[in-house]
Amino acid sequence: MNDAPTLVQPTRSRPWRRARRSLARAKWPLLAMVILAVVTIAAVVGPSLAPKDPNRQNVIARLQQPMTPNRAGKVEFQLGTDGLGRDVLSRLIFGARVSLLVGLNAVVIGGALGTSLGLIAGYFGGKIDDVIMRIADIQLAFPFILLAIMFLVVLGPGVMNLIIILGIGQWVIYARIARGQTISLREKEYVEAARALGAGTCTILFATTLPNILAPLTVIASFNVASVILSEAALSFLGLGVPLTVPTWGAMLAESRDQLLAGRWWLAIFPGAAIMLTVLSFNILGDWLRDFLDPRLKQTS
Amino acid sequence: MWVYIVRRLLQSIIVVLGVTLITFVALHMGGDPTYLYVSERVSAEEIQATRVKLGFDKPLPVQYLVYLEGLVQGDLGESLTYKTPALGVVMERFPATIELTVFAMVIAIVFAIPFGVIAALKRGTAIDGGIMTIAMLGQSMPSFWLGIMLILTVGLGLGWLPISGHVALLEPLLKGNLRTFVASVPGAVPYLIMPAFTIAFFSLSRNARLVRSSMLEVLSQDFVRTARAKGLPEGAVILGHALRTAWLPFVTMIGLEFGSLLSGVVVVETIFSWPGVGRLVFNAINQRDIPLVQAAVITFSLVFILLNLAVDLVYARLDPRIRLT
Repeated sequence: MNDAPTLVQPTRSRPWRRARRSLARAKWPLLAMVILAVVTIAAVVGPSLAPKDPNRQNVIARLQQPMTPNRAGKVEFQLGTDGLGRDVLSRLIFGARVSLLVGLNAVVIGGALGTSLGLIAGYFGGKIDDVIMRIADIQLAFPFILLAIMFLVVLGPGVMNLIIILGIGQWVIYARIARGQTISLREKEYVEAARALGAGTCTILFATTLPNILAPLTVIASFNVASVILSEAALSFLGLGVPLTVPTWGAMLAESRDQLLAGRWWLAIFPGAAIMLTVLSFNILGDWLRDFLDPRLKQTS
Repeated sequence: MWVYIVRRLLQSIIVVLGVTLITFVALHMGGDPTYLYVSERVSAEEIQATRVKLGFDKPLPVQYLVYLEGLVQGDLGESLTYKTPALGVVMERFPATIELTVFAMVIAIVFAIPFGVIAALKRGTAIDGGIMTIAMLGQSMPSFWLGIMLILTVGLGLGWLPISGHVALLEPLLKGNLRTFVASVPGAVPYLIMPAFTIAFFSLSRNARLVRSSMLEVLSQDFVRTARAKGLPEGAVILGHALRTAWLPFVTMIGLEFGSLLSGVVVVETIFSWPGVGRLVFNAINQRDIPLVQAAVITFSLVFILLNLAVDLVYARLDPRIRLT
């Protein structure tokens, strides 16, 4: 990457320039960004990108190996077809949509909920703090995925259900960090100044405090997207994710199980690799964000 | 110390109540749960009869109390597919799951320590980079995919390990038949390796990273420098001083570790056709056998909570800062 042009653009704000330089130096985060860009594009413009209809069955072309040429000598299915003759590549592209949709939305819900509760708990302290943090302790005290299974079995599969349940599963981490940070900022001069100026509680919490605790929350969010995508894949694998008509990476892996003994490796390798690359990219990005935004966090995690 | 134990016990009771309340709410969130228990083509009278029989006609708070009462007596309802008490079905499969989880936990902890320590000692070298890259991959891989890949390569490709099957270990042990237990260990281990490793890999990766950072922190502290300055051999410094301090925070993790391993059990048991609770849950989900799913979730949660309680109490005994308060 050539970062010379940035030098002649003094109007750019400094953090962004610093971020761009740091990214240009570090190869892995950059690669992670590229992978995530590809996944995002696949998720957003998937329908016009996919070569075929992901649900179109083709009995004649069942279980074709990747790069098998047809009679005309052309490769019709670049990544092969599954047991119903559906195009693996197209399903892969469509699968990006659910993973990103669920991963990002669940983190937004969990992050917003957890951060608000953490801010409130940290700012007010006392009874409110006690109640909120006890609930957080209770939630941490059992494996959340089991309860997600319980809820989804009853409610049935669906993107909305998945997002809400996985979102609720995430609030505790944000609440803990937001609370801790808020407590340490509560007595700072600028918060006191805002209070003296007559700012309301809402203003103090969300306009004065929140911007100053965003850095650690952003770091956590990046790791969190990764773990939510893994949970989504596991739930889809169990048939609890989204309806079967929507292609997802987890469900593709579940379907590949029947073809495993027959050695149809391509049905398992591609969706798994897609999940792994996406999750890995969010993890690498999280690592880089942590070092970049808040080196102090490096020791604690 | 006693204050701590009592407080911790009370906390556990609240958590157990929380779990029961949440599973209860989950059951009622989809509307009238009676419809989960009857097939689609039954008359209104039959539905009403089932509703009364299962007590779903009573007010919710009463239902919750009845549900709690049943729970205390070990009654978690009847499995729809097995037509026997759900708890019994779960307990029957439980030993196989415990075998798998314990084996996975051993892998996750025993292998994490040397890898983490070596990475910390060789900080910045290719060895460190290699270990940390694998650990990063391990934290990004869906466990069920790893399982599928192992089946494809180690199981089917190389034929080194069986891809399914199970030899009961815990059952003879529970029956007090020590000789049968010892005799079946060599036969059981090959079946355990792949599924246990699959479940453990995520935790193993995380633990290796934790040991590494914990070691790096301890290695920079004064008492390590003093130990070196005393002229102690490097091995003694690492094992006797640094590692002893670095692994303490690990003890509290063991309980939580068990929870994250248990979550992996459902998918991994399914892949390896392991006859445990995980595969039972998978089948129950597909057959919409709600009472069975519920019984399994509650059993897992209780085991998890009790284990965490036990770990904390042991830790309280070990850590003088808690022991003395």
